Amino acid sequence: MMLELRNLEKTYVTRQGVTPALLPTSCTVKSGEFVSLLGPSGCGKSTTLYLVAGLERPTGGEIFLGDQRIEKPGRDRGMVFQNYTLFPWLTVRQNVHFSSRLANNRRWRSLSLPSIKEEDRADSLLDLMGLTDFADAHPRELSGGMKQRVAIARALANRPQLLLMDEPFGALDAQTREELQEMMRLLHVHQPRTVLFVTHDIDEAIYLSTRILVFSARPGRVIRDIAVPFGADRPLELKVTPEFLQLKRELFQLLHQDRPASQDRDDLLRRVVRSHSHPPSVSQPSSTTKS
Amino acid sequence: MKPPARARPSLFALRQPVPSWAYRLAAGLSFVSVIVLWEWISHRPSTNPIFIPTPERVLQIGGDLLRDGNLWADLKMSFLRVTYGFLLSVVIALPLGLLMGAFQIGEGFIQPLTEFIRYIPVPALIPVLMIMFGIGEVSKVMLIFIGTFFQLVLMVADETRRVSYELVQVSYTLGARRYEVVNLVLLRGAMPGIFDAMRLCHGWAWSYVIVAELVAANEGLGYRILKFSRFLQTPKIWFYLLVLGLVGLALDFLFRVVGRRLFYWADTSKR
Repeated sequence: MMLELRNLEKTYVTRQGVTPALLPTSCTVKSGEFVSLLGPSGCGKSTTLYLVAGLERPTGGEIFLGDQRIEKPGRDRGMVFQNYTLFPWLTVRQNVHFSSRLANNRRWRSLSLPSIKEEDRADSLLDLMGLTDFADAHPRELSGGMKQRVAIARALANRPQLLLMDEPFGALDAQTREELQEMMRLLHVHQPRTVLFVTHDIDEAIYLSTRILVFSARPGRVIRDIAVPFGADRPLELKVTPEFLQLKRELFQLLHQDRPASQDRDDLLRRVVRSHSHPPSVSQPSSTTKS
Repeated sequence: MKPPARARPSLFALRQPVPSWAYRLAAGLSFVSVIVLWEWISHRPSTNPIFIPTPERVLQIGGDLLRDGNLWADLKMSFLRVTYGFLLSVVIALPLGLLMGAFQIGEGFIQPLTEFIRYIPVPALIPVLMIMFGIGEVSKVMLIFIGTFFQLVLMVADETRRVSYELVQVSYTLGARRYEVVNLVLLRGAMPGIFDAMRLCHGWAWSYVIVAELVAANEGLGYRILKFSRFLQTPKIWFYLLVLGLVGLALDFLFRVVGRRLFYWADTSKR
C-alpha cells in the first residue's frame, strides 16, 4: 500500500513566534520500500514521522496511506521510539501482546470469542528476535539493545502496513547498533514491509535503506531523493566498500553544504587557543598552531 | 601473584552507597545516643522528674498501661479513625487526581482550587467541622479527610503527569483508545508513585487524628495524652508518645514492604 505525502507542512506557534518545522513536502513511498529520512537535528525529519504516525496534526497538506487519509494514530502504523518506550510493569511477552490484549478485552466486552492467533504470532516474533529466554523478564532487567528488540517486536506484532522508527538505535553503543542494523536488514529482506526510518547517521541510512530522503537544516525540506544502489544481500562488510564510501561522501557533502564546516572550525580553534594563552594580552589569531 | 587489593570505598564519599552494616550501625547509633542523652539528663539531680522522667520509669509505667490501661482501646480507636479518614480520601483522590493528571482541562478545573484549600491550616477548620458534624466520629474522620485529601489529590495528579508522554504515544500507535490509555498506561505507570504518596499521607493522617482527639474525644491516643497532662502524669505521656512513634514506624515499614512487593518492576534508580 502506497504512502503519499501531499504538500505536507508543519509550523509550530509558540510565544516567541511562528517556527516552520517542515516546509511543504510531497513524496510517495511504495510498498516494501525502506526509506531513511536523513538530516541534521531540527530538520523536520522526526516531525514528518510523527505526522505520518498521526501523533501530530499537520498545519497544511495531507497524508494518505492507500486511499485512507491519516488523521489519527492507529495500529496500521507501528512506531519505535529512540528511548525504549516499553511498559515497565509488563513482562517482555506482555509488552509484545499489548495490542492483541486490547483487542481481546474489547471483544470480551462485546461477548465474542477472543482470538488466540494473534498471540501465537506475537510469540513467534519473540522467537525471531531472540527474546524467548527473556519472555518473562521485566524491561528493567534488559539491556538497551534487548529493550529495542522488544519495542520492534511489539510494533511488528500488529502486522502494521508501515513501520515508523525514530532514531531507534541512537541510544545504543556502536556494537549493539550494528547488531540491530543487521537484524533490521534481514527482517526487511524476509518480510518486506514499508519502513520509514529517521536517523542522522549516514552509514546507518545507506546500509539499511533502499532509498534516502535527505533533509536540510531548519526550516526542514527534502533536498535530495537518493535510491540506494545495493541489493537485498548486504553483509556488514559492505560498509567499507568503495561504492559505499563514495555514496557516503556524497551524502556527507550534501549534509554539510549549507554550513561551511571549515569556517566554524577556524572560529572554534581561535577561541580554544585564546582560552589557553596566558596572559590574555597575547592575541595571535592567525598563528593557531602555536598552542 | 596476588590479586590487586580492592580499594575500600570511603564511608564519607558524596552520594555513594555505604555497606549495609554501616548503614544499620549508624541507625542504631542514633537511637542509642538519644537514649543515652535521655538517661543522662533525667538522672541529673537538677532535673525535675515531672518534666523529664527516667526511661526506666516510663517503661515501668508503660508495662502497667499495657496490662490494665486503656492503651489498646485508645490505639484501636485512633487507628479506626485514621483508617476511615485515609481510605475516604484515597477513594476520592485517586480518580480525581488521575483525571487532573491526564487532562489539562481537569487540572485547570481542580488544581487552583485545591491549592487554595490546601493552604488553609486544617486545625483552623475544627470549629467549623464541629458545628457542621457535631463532636462525634464524623467530624474527626472529616478532619483527617480534609487534611490528607487535598495533598493526596495533587500528588496523584503529579505522579500521573510524570508518566512519560512517549508511553502515551506508543499506546496510541498500538491501537489503544483514550480510556484505555488512562486506565492501562497512566494509572499503571503512576501507581508506584501514588502508593508512595499514600504512604506519606497516611503519616499525616496520624498527626491529624491526634489534633482532632486533643480537641474533643472520649477515647483515643490524643485524648488520653491530654488527660494525662491534666494530672501531670508525664511518664504516661512519654509512653504514649513512644507508642505513637512505633506505630508510625511499623505502618510506614508495612507500606514500604507492600510497595516493594507490588511494584518490583519499577526502576528504582529513577525515583
